[in-house]
Amino acid sequence: MQSNIEDDPKKNSGRRDFLRFGAIAAGLTIVGGGLQKVFSGEKEPGEKVKLLSPNGKVYEADTSALCEFRPTPVSNAEARKGIEGKKFVMVFDLSKCDGCKKCTEACQTMHYTEPDREWIKVFTMHDAKAEAPYYLPKPCFHCDNPTCTKVCPVNATFKRQDGIVLIDNERCIGCRMCMAACPYSTRFFNWSHPGSAQRAAVGNITYSPEQSVPRRMGTVEKCDFCPDMIRQGKLPACVSGCPMDVIYFGDQNEDAVTNSSGVTVKLSALLEQNAAYRLLEELGTEPRVYYLPPKNRKYPAPEAGAGEDGKPKKHSAMGSMPM
Amino acid sequence: MENEKFDLKNEVEILREDCLRPTRTFGRSTQLWVGFLLIIIGWGLYCYIHQLRHGLGVTAMRNYVSWGLYISTFVFFIGISHSGTLVSAILRITKQEWRRPITRSAELLTFVSLCFGGIQPIIDLGRPDRIANLVIFGRLQSPLIWDIISICTYFTGSTVFLFLPMIPDMALCRDRLTVVDTRYKRFKKWLYTFLAIGWKGTKSQWHRLETTMTIMTIIIIPVAVSVHTVVSYIFAMTLRPGWDSTLFGPYFVVGALYSGSACVILGMAAFRKLYHLEKYITPRHFDLIGKVVLALTMVYAYMNLNEYWIPAYKMATAEGHLLSDLFTGSYSKAFWTCQFGTVLLPIVVMAFPKGRKITPLVITCIIIAIGAWVKRYLIVVPTLLHPFMPIQEVPESWSTYFPNYVEFSVTAACLAGIFLIITLFSKLFPMMAVWEVEEGIEIDHDTKVAVELREQRHVEEAKAS
Repeated sequence: MQSNIEDDPKKNSGRRDFLRFGAIAAGLTIVGGGLQKVFSGEKEPGEKVKLLSPNGKVYEADTSALCEFRPTPVSNAEARKGIEGKKFVMVFDLSKCDGCKKCTEACQTMHYTEPDREWIKVFTMHDAKAEAPYYLPKPCFHCDNPTCTKVCPVNATFKRQDGIVLIDNERCIGCRMCMAACPYSTRFFNWSHPGSAQRAAVGNITYSPEQSVPRRMGTVEKCDFCPDMIRQGKLPACVSGCPMDVIYFGDQNEDAVTNSSGVTVKLSALLEQNAAYRLLEELGTEPRVYYLPPKNRKYPAPEAGAGEDGKPKKHSAMGSMPM
Repeated sequence: MENEKFDLKNEVEILREDCLRPTRTFGRSTQLWVGFLLIIIGWGLYCYIHQLRHGLGVTAMRNYVSWGLYISTFVFFIGISHSGTLVSAILRITKQEWRRPITRSAELLTFVSLCFGGIQPIIDLGRPDRIANLVIFGRLQSPLIWDIISICTYFTGSTVFLFLPMIPDMALCRDRLTVVDTRYKRFKKWLYTFLAIGWKGTKSQWHRLETTMTIMTIIIIPVAVSVHTVVSYIFAMTLRPGWDSTLFGPYFVVGALYSGSACVILGMAAFRKLYHLEKYITPRHFDLIGKVVLALTMVYAYMNLNEYWIPAYKMATAEGHLLSDLFTGSYSKAFWTCQFGTVLLPIVVMAFPKGRKITPLVITCIIIAIGAWVKRYLIVVPTLLHPFMPIQEVPESWSTYFPNYVEFSVTAACLAGIFLIITLFSKLFPMMAVWEVEEGIEIDHDTKVAVELREQRHVEEAKAS
């Protein structure tokens, strides 16, 4: 589906609305890119536009009636179950990551996130003086032995059959036990009401744990592996947003992962040939995210000590992995 | 000894009057005190409503330090609640006679600190409106649910434990009320009659009361131990450096007993002075409970040694970051002040009989109470500031934490609430278990008589030989 306004750089997020009629929605998938002009232009009532339906018929509709297409999210019960037969997995090839943070930006656009909330965060790491510094993008690891879902008192955060860990912000009581339990500091709390700009951007989207918006004050949120995108057969926002082809995403059962260039590789071979590892393996959380070591880098390494502002900090600005 | 002048009946009569006297007045100073507390509570309530409307963002907590003063206070208050169990149950079960005048105030402290400790996590909740979810969707796997279960059990148990020995006293209040004219007589009459639940002091009633008390004494000790153990589990069940410790259960229990018994001394001293109970709560009582606090402080010091020395010897990476911050970094002043000032110093002071005199003991216990509170904060906050992943490029407010006015105001209101309930309680009910102290006097008298008889016999035997 090419008609999403997210793809349009000139987008005016204030005008996002819903497409209410399903038939035209189906048509949009074919008409696709051509309609984008219509969407990004001013909607003046009375202007007609021609639409092509899947069975080849042409309809005429008022442009003011056209809205951005968002598929109806799955039900809460469905969102808790997950996609059958899948085991999603993500791989980061650190040798390609130049720390540009485009993944973070794509994620923030996708989820209407405030700039300080990085569901995928790019760390500048320097484990030991003699070792080389490198960049480390970190999403939620969707652990197979998740510390967060274990401690949740109300089952608001849960592990699905496809491996994804989600949060139901309509049930979350905001105790923040999961935030204390997560050893990767992956979770964020909505300390106040979402700002008015964000509310306008989100519009009246129906909430589903699969898309994590609209967000609510007093609840926890985090990286969700974009299950709503997966259901549409698309890659998560960070994967398709990465210009360096660092991030691979796919299904472990199929043993195939794909990056933003559309290159699909055999997962097991990728992991094996590149000596993949998982972060803080000794904690036993069994992350679903793998890293390929930053060997033979294709980018200039971060400067040693870069980002240190000279202030005494609890951690130096350059992080090190407590391995 | 003025044994000849010792009149048991008269003595009991004086005791009863001494205990009931505070319940008959509500003087100007009490009114001012209550008014002062109400102002603090009102302001705290205003701040809490502000927090409810605008979210927890009005506090100083942010994504790294997602638990702050509220949760530290939760641990501290629940810790104080161990006082009642210690003094009442443990001293009762070991038949320590000197416990008699102090059981009531200790049990009350337990009850009140549980009330206000229990609401701390609710104050800290992002969505208190969804609290019913804990029942609807409650998961037994969550340490938070263990907390709720054990705190509710302990609350029920300690309420019963507070109420049971009050029954004969309620009957006393009810019967005396008709004799002495008081304000709010009708309300008090109704209240005492209701709470006395038909107590007449018959033999079977006494028997039943004593049996129930014995059962409760035995039940309440493991429940109390379980409470602070699972309070520690909300930390110890995580993988975080500093919390990921197998010592946390016993460490918290001992810390609770240590701070709780110190607070009992503060309560004793306050009621002794304010309600003129010098005759019943004597320097000997302070000396004895001072020894209890001394022993507990030493065990607590030993726990601290294990909790910090073992990881400090190894300095594993993540834990090492935390420990160097505590030992030499930004928290070092608070940490060492806590260790030396509120653990080692009290041991030194209380080790000497002079240190267990009332004034030095009270000062020491104030230090212990404040130190225990700060120590809870030092357990909660620094760990959250030392996650496994480095804190990089975040807003300044995320990488530091100090509670702001909202948190201080709400916490102060809770503390004021504790004082308010204790004050009102002491203005309605006797602050000593009258019948228990009576029993003590009787036992005392009996022993004195027995000693006298034995001495007489010795004298006679000596004469005869």
